[in-house]
Amino acid sequence: MASGVKDKVAILGMGCSRFGERWDASPEDLMLEAYNEAMQDAGITPDQLDAAWFSTHMDDVGTGRGGTPMSIALRLPNIGVTRVENFCAGGSEAIRAAVYAVAAGACDIAIALGVEKLKDTGYGGLPVATVGTYIPQWHPNAVAPANFAQVAAAYRYKHGLDAQTLKRALAHVSVKSHANGAKNPKAHLRKAITEAQCLSAPTIAAPLGLFDCCGVSDGAAAVIVTTPEIARGLGKRDPVTFKALQVACSNGWEMQGNGWDGSYFHTTRIAAKRAYAEAGVARPRDEISLTEVHDCFSITELVTMEDLFLSDEGGAVGDVLDGAFDAEGRLPCQIDGGLKCFGHPIGASGIRMLYEIYLQLNGRAGARQLGDPRLGLVHNLGGQPSQNVCAISIVGREGV
Amino acid sequence: MIGITGFGAYVPRLRLPRQVAAQANAWYAPQFGGRKGARAFANWDEDSVTMAVAAARDCLGPAEDRSHVRAVLLATDTPPFAERLNAAIVAGALTLDDDIEAADLGGTPRVALTALTQAVARATAFPGEVLVLAADRRKARPGSAQELEYGDGAAAALVGRDKVLAQFLGSATLSVDFVDHFRASGESIDYQWEERWIRDEGVSKLVPRVVAGALRQAGIAAEQVDHLLFPTSFARMDAQVAKACGIHDEAVAASLIDRIGDCGAAHGLIMLADGLERAKPGQIIVLAAFGSGAQAIVLRATPLVESFRPTRGVRAWIARGKEEPNYTRFLSFGGQLSLERGMRGEQDRKTALSTAWRHRNALLGLVAGKCRVTGSVHFPPSRLSYDPQGPLQDTQEPYKLADRPARVLSWSAEYLSYHPSPPHHYGQIDFEGGGRILMDFTDLDVGEVDSGTPMEMVFRIKDIDTARNYTRYFWKATPARGA
Repeated sequence: MASGVKDKVAILGMGCSRFGERWDASPEDLMLEAYNEAMQDAGITPDQLDAAWFSTHMDDVGTGRGGTPMSIALRLPNIGVTRVENFCAGGSEAIRAAVYAVAAGACDIAIALGVEKLKDTGYGGLPVATVGTYIPQWHPNAVAPANFAQVAAAYRYKHGLDAQTLKRALAHVSVKSHANGAKNPKAHLRKAITEAQCLSAPTIAAPLGLFDCCGVSDGAAAVIVTTPEIARGLGKRDPVTFKALQVACSNGWEMQGNGWDGSYFHTTRIAAKRAYAEAGVARPRDEISLTEVHDCFSITELVTMEDLFLSDEGGAVGDVLDGAFDAEGRLPCQIDGGLKCFGHPIGASGIRMLYEIYLQLNGRAGARQLGDPRLGLVHNLGGQPSQNVCAISIVGREGV
Repeated sequence: MIGITGFGAYVPRLRLPRQVAAQANAWYAPQFGGRKGARAFANWDEDSVTMAVAAARDCLGPAEDRSHVRAVLLATDTPPFAERLNAAIVAGALTLDDDIEAADLGGTPRVALTALTQAVARATAFPGEVLVLAADRRKARPGSAQELEYGDGAAAALVGRDKVLAQFLGSATLSVDFVDHFRASGESIDYQWEERWIRDEGVSKLVPRVVAGALRQAGIAAEQVDHLLFPTSFARMDAQVAKACGIHDEAVAASLIDRIGDCGAAHGLIMLADGLERAKPGQIIVLAAFGSGAQAIVLRATPLVESFRPTRGVRAWIARGKEEPNYTRFLSFGGQLSLERGMRGEQDRKTALSTAWRHRNALLGLVAGKCRVTGSVHFPPSRLSYDPQGPLQDTQEPYKLADRPARVLSWSAEYLSYHPSPPHHYGQIDFEGGGRILMDFTDLDVGEVDSGTPMEMVFRIKDIDTARNYTRYFWKATPARGA
């Protein structure tokens, strides 16, 4: 019986570039920003790194394939650098690889870095992706907003909601994230918005409007992990450790069976149960202090509250409208602005989410610092609602 | 007895009121200001192949067993492909047996009548039925008379020896190089000669000859004719032909051209499908067509003629027409107006032909895999099936989805990607009895679908590879609008 990762791996240091339309920065520049901060935070030199995992999603714009883009950009000392890719959950994949390497005893210190350079396409939205030779011959030439908007249609149908109520709850999700992002100096979008602005914004993919969609951003983030013992040896008194790290991947059931009703994320529910079990979290609504979830679209965040068992099924609309996940609510979500406002450089996002939890647990989150958080949850989703990969990490102080 | 054993038609949903085009072009071509009625026009994702499939489905119905069809003849002057057998694409979409004959015929608007007599000849010599299909989606220059006259459409006739609805009695043909219009290979628009000469020297002289010849071969007197089906866009030309032949005036059938336009190679068969729906047992039907000569066919409705009905039929297709007030949509869908696509429209749509062949049954025929152990339906079909006890291997059997009732599970309509007819609608479709596909929607308006909306399947253009001029096809969902 595997014993999991709980308290076997500590965070030694983290870094995150400023996110946004970084016309000034190449992927190499973004990587360096995140790397410099993480190395300084960790207090180590490059020769202390044993291995690296590198997350980037888009091949055609951005960095290119393989491990060399990271190794060359950072002039790493010929350590192993492995590129991982798992849609928008690639950042969590890089973390998982580094955490596993340390937990296994194969490495003392490992680094996971994610980067995405999206703003060299010449147009708005995500770059157009390719998906092999078979899928394009039958699958719609779909875009992310419409893939996720379908969850709203199915959710509304399932719960018999009227369109306006759901739309208002979705607007609340975005208004909250904009308010949070305004306090984050590294965030892409730093302007507060109103519900009225949300409701009157142009439709991108019905029923989602412009403010229901996250930013398409350039950025990079990095985490350096080691054992709690080494971390203490390097001067980290009470390091943040991993309590759980779980990934669940769709196997086609949602897309091909008739059992899934389209209104929730099957993989999130599976990964959440596994993560709570691994972390020993029996009552997540009481024990989790804050969440960073994959709010690529407002509807994703809303149903994720249910899929993480933080709201009752069908109850997220009410909880959201009641402010349960606002900065002052019972369980703050996206206190850094989330994908919505911090931004979504795909390969970096999973690490960016961990970065905010790490800052919060260390009391280093500045104007957006929450009072005494104990356990933080990262939910990082890749793919589309009907076939995706979900990564959930729970981190906290070693003894928590 | 040999004759028609089934029939069907298809008219695309969109209608261009002639006044819409006339008014848009009034500054340039004021002579069309008085044109009335409407013409049918194909959606951006329709062509002669997809319309032929729709007409064939109207004829064949949802029958699982189509093994009685042993040949497909596709008559069209607008085949999407000069090489790549268009009739074979149609056969694949209809899930016909792969050991049938299939051929494309073209060259003249009367080609469907030639296909009919070829079908009669084949049904005489070989067992099984012949599916004759005719379809056209003709291009015309903006501001031309043809733009207003032409229409898009398709029709089907099944020819065989069992349960004959209309017996073949005779035919006459005149094949001459009378060039009323022409279109060189590789060109897309017809070049027309003067209408008065076509009418006086062509139609008026050649058509009565073949009608008389066909009646003579059939042993039928002209006054016995109950239905004269002769498509012509010349005013009262059909009545003049009737008079010249000695056919009584009441026998002249409505050409439907005022309502859907002249559908080229398909129009005669559209009129035949319409006529057979109203024919009484024993009635004599003459179908005539003009083009590089002329041809006429004589049929007699049998006692079974009222026992067959197509799935929808011509009048139902016409009744579901939707008037399009935007002339530029008509131009754009017909490839006559190049609208800005944005950078997202630059994506390469190259088709891996080896992949297409490997998955031909799923892609052309919408054939899923049904697990014989659990009954679960998988699209695309695969070697492994789901089972709570663990995957089952090699338990799936072919399972057709195209004619099964379906509903929307989830959907969206987006304005982000390039799409010829925004917003781009797609979503997950659940089939009655199992099966789910995330697929494109077509032929619908904003606000027309929601989760739970009943849908049906239509065979359409999936993508057009503009770099290589290759069209790939797949199925789409459209709101089920009843018969």
